[in-house]
Amino acid sequence: MRRILLNTLFAGLAGAFCAAPAWSQSKPVELEFYYPVAVGGPITKIVDGMVDEFEKSHPDIKIKSIYAGSYQDSVAKALTAYKGGSAPQLAVLLSTDMFTLIDEGAIVPFDPLIKTDEDRKWHDGFYKAFMANSQTGGKTWGIPFQRSTIVMYYNKDLFKEAGLNPDAPPSTWDELVADAKKLTKADSAGQTTQWGLEIPSGGSFAYWLFQALTTPNDAILMNQDGNEVYLDKPAVIEAVQFWHDLAYKHKVMPTGTIDWGTTPKDFLVGKTAMMWTTTGNLTNVRKNAKFDFGVAPMPKAKHGGSPTGGGNFYLFESATPEQRQAAFEFVKWMTSPENAAAWSIATGYVAVSPAAWETDKMKAYVKEVPQATVARDQLEVSVAEFSTHDNQRVTKLLNDNLQSVLTNAKTPEQAMKDAQSQADRILRPYK
Amino acid sequence: MPSPRPIASCVPINNAGARMKPSLNAVYGWLLLLPAMVLLAAFTHYPALATLWHSFQSTPKGNRPAVYVGADNYISMYQDPVFWQALWNNLAYAAITIPVSVALALVMALWVNRNLAGRGFLRMAYFTPTVLPMVAVANIWLFFYTPQYGLLDQIAHVFGLSSTNWLGKRDTALPALMMVTIWKEAGFFMIFYLAALQQVPPSLREAAMLEGASRWQYFWRVLLPLLMPTTLFVLINALINAFRLVDHVLVMTKGGPDNASTLLLFYIYEVGFSYWDTAYAATLSVVLLAILSITALIKFRWLDRRTHYQ
Repeated sequence: MRRILLNTLFAGLAGAFCAAPAWSQSKPVELEFYYPVAVGGPITKIVDGMVDEFEKSHPDIKIKSIYAGSYQDSVAKALTAYKGGSAPQLAVLLSTDMFTLIDEGAIVPFDPLIKTDEDRKWHDGFYKAFMANSQTGGKTWGIPFQRSTIVMYYNKDLFKEAGLNPDAPPSTWDELVADAKKLTKADSAGQTTQWGLEIPSGGSFAYWLFQALTTPNDAILMNQDGNEVYLDKPAVIEAVQFWHDLAYKHKVMPTGTIDWGTTPKDFLVGKTAMMWTTTGNLTNVRKNAKFDFGVAPMPKAKHGGSPTGGGNFYLFESATPEQRQAAFEFVKWMTSPENAAAWSIATGYVAVSPAAWETDKMKAYVKEVPQATVARDQLEVSVAEFSTHDNQRVTKLLNDNLQSVLTNAKTPEQAMKDAQSQADRILRPYK
Repeated sequence: MPSPRPIASCVPINNAGARMKPSLNAVYGWLLLLPAMVLLAAFTHYPALATLWHSFQSTPKGNRPAVYVGADNYISMYQDPVFWQALWNNLAYAAITIPVSVALALVMALWVNRNLAGRGFLRMAYFTPTVLPMVAVANIWLFFYTPQYGLLDQIAHVFGLSSTNWLGKRDTALPALMMVTIWKEAGFFMIFYLAALQQVPPSLREAAMLEGASRWQYFWRVLLPLLMPTTLFVLINALINAFRLVDHVLVMTKGGPDNASTLLLFYIYEVGFSYWDTAYAATLSVVLLAILSITALIKFRWLDRRTHYQ
């Protein structure tokens, strides 16, 4: 009797082992996913929460999300890992890093994974302005995720104080100068105590803010292939001249370069009545402003316009076919209308598809924070962020030359001519 | 220096042992050196040689492997205005921060070496900047330098001086960074001077005073020569730091405006990890390496001869 019992037990165990292969077939696909943090707030917690939720609904995929530092750190880590043979399969990196990543051979396009009609519908659902930084040579290399654009924040209380209508922010360059003059105040000793406007030009974002001046002036700075720049065109030089004049001629902006990081602080303590910065600062300003503030689109010169910015999903070349498919599922899920809306509300980034703005969540949020829609409406006239081959080098030389104008070391014509010839030299091998 | 005790004395002495002794000794010695040698070779010598080798190659990109390009990288460096600017900035930076911070350290050490009320507190206050991480320090100073409501401008405002955009003007950006370095380094060097001062026997001072030497003479003729080994050590450290510490550049100015505050190492970082031009970054590193080796050589050859070790 006992023997029979044991035999059955063995048989049962053997059966369990025979069934094992079936179990091992559904072993989850593992993915490494690098992401940066570039705005305030508990971003890592939000990302981890979204990953957990994704894993619950997709038990066959396991995502290892790795916080990789700033954008700059993240691309450095991802490329170093790639060169060392242990690249992540998926990463969120700057949309402008696209050409660098392609030149290094590190990423693959998403196109082969887009097979069904549903996929195509998803792919065509993003704002065109965001896709401009995600496609080149007819292929889609990046999927918009944490995207932003430049908007103008203004202090309504200071507008009232200066006798301006707080609901009518300047909408053209002439109005901008006129309003800013009224908003610039000096004390009895002639010291400026309050500036009309600050456009940050220090650090590495000068070129981006510059695009908020060139785009309305009807100047495009580079081609879609990323191997040609147009920096010495008259419209571009005009834009540099205007930027310079704001500080030196109209005296409504501090002279020298203005730090990117301290500009929001200047605005929050009322040292500047208007500032131009990323929509990513919306949550920060909303939480910390002790005054009524407004958000406005970029003032027009010939028309409106602003560059987009922020990060895209990239698929790395090192991923196996299964991993690519799994990564694709994850990217589709993260950018679905519901999740894009949740991400936008939590961070202040612009939700990446019109469908996301149609969700109930987003509608409720817009009711509470109407300023959020300014960025969305501006997307109609937005252009791609400045991005070329050997991107960091080209943007750096553009930044250097812009800063040399703002510190009065070069004339706008000279600086842009220098920038053009230096960029031509760098881009020659990519033609 | 006392001669080292013969290690092999613990080896049992017999004929065979006596014959094997020299070679065994050598093996034993090499084994003792091995851990340090492996670390030095792997993390110092090999990277230095690899850097030199890479500086004669092109940067590998995608599926284009590196090829030998001779002195091309050096020629483009010679023609690179940003390199020259970074080099001059760094030399000016070293030429000002090193003497000032060392002199300040000595003065502070002499000051807190005396019997003062609250001496411990004073020493701690001088030393605190050293303990703080450079990145944190740079973020604090960033707001000191902020125009209008920054600490410096608020003080200037009390005296009716005009507001200055310290980090945003090309002629003040680098001096502003120097200030942070001096503030941070002086306290660190003070500790070494303080330790050295406490080693100086009080009898020397008494003897000097008996001989009728003035305080200045005692300082100049007795104390300073006795502090020379410390000064040498501090100078080497200061020089290395002048070329090594760039955290504050990254946080405060990113080398701007228009490269006015770019230092050599920051430029290397930028070329290496922003532009991904690793071959050119290696070339720049070779220059940095050469500068540091030459100064170290001069110091050990020349200053050592004039330094009195007790």
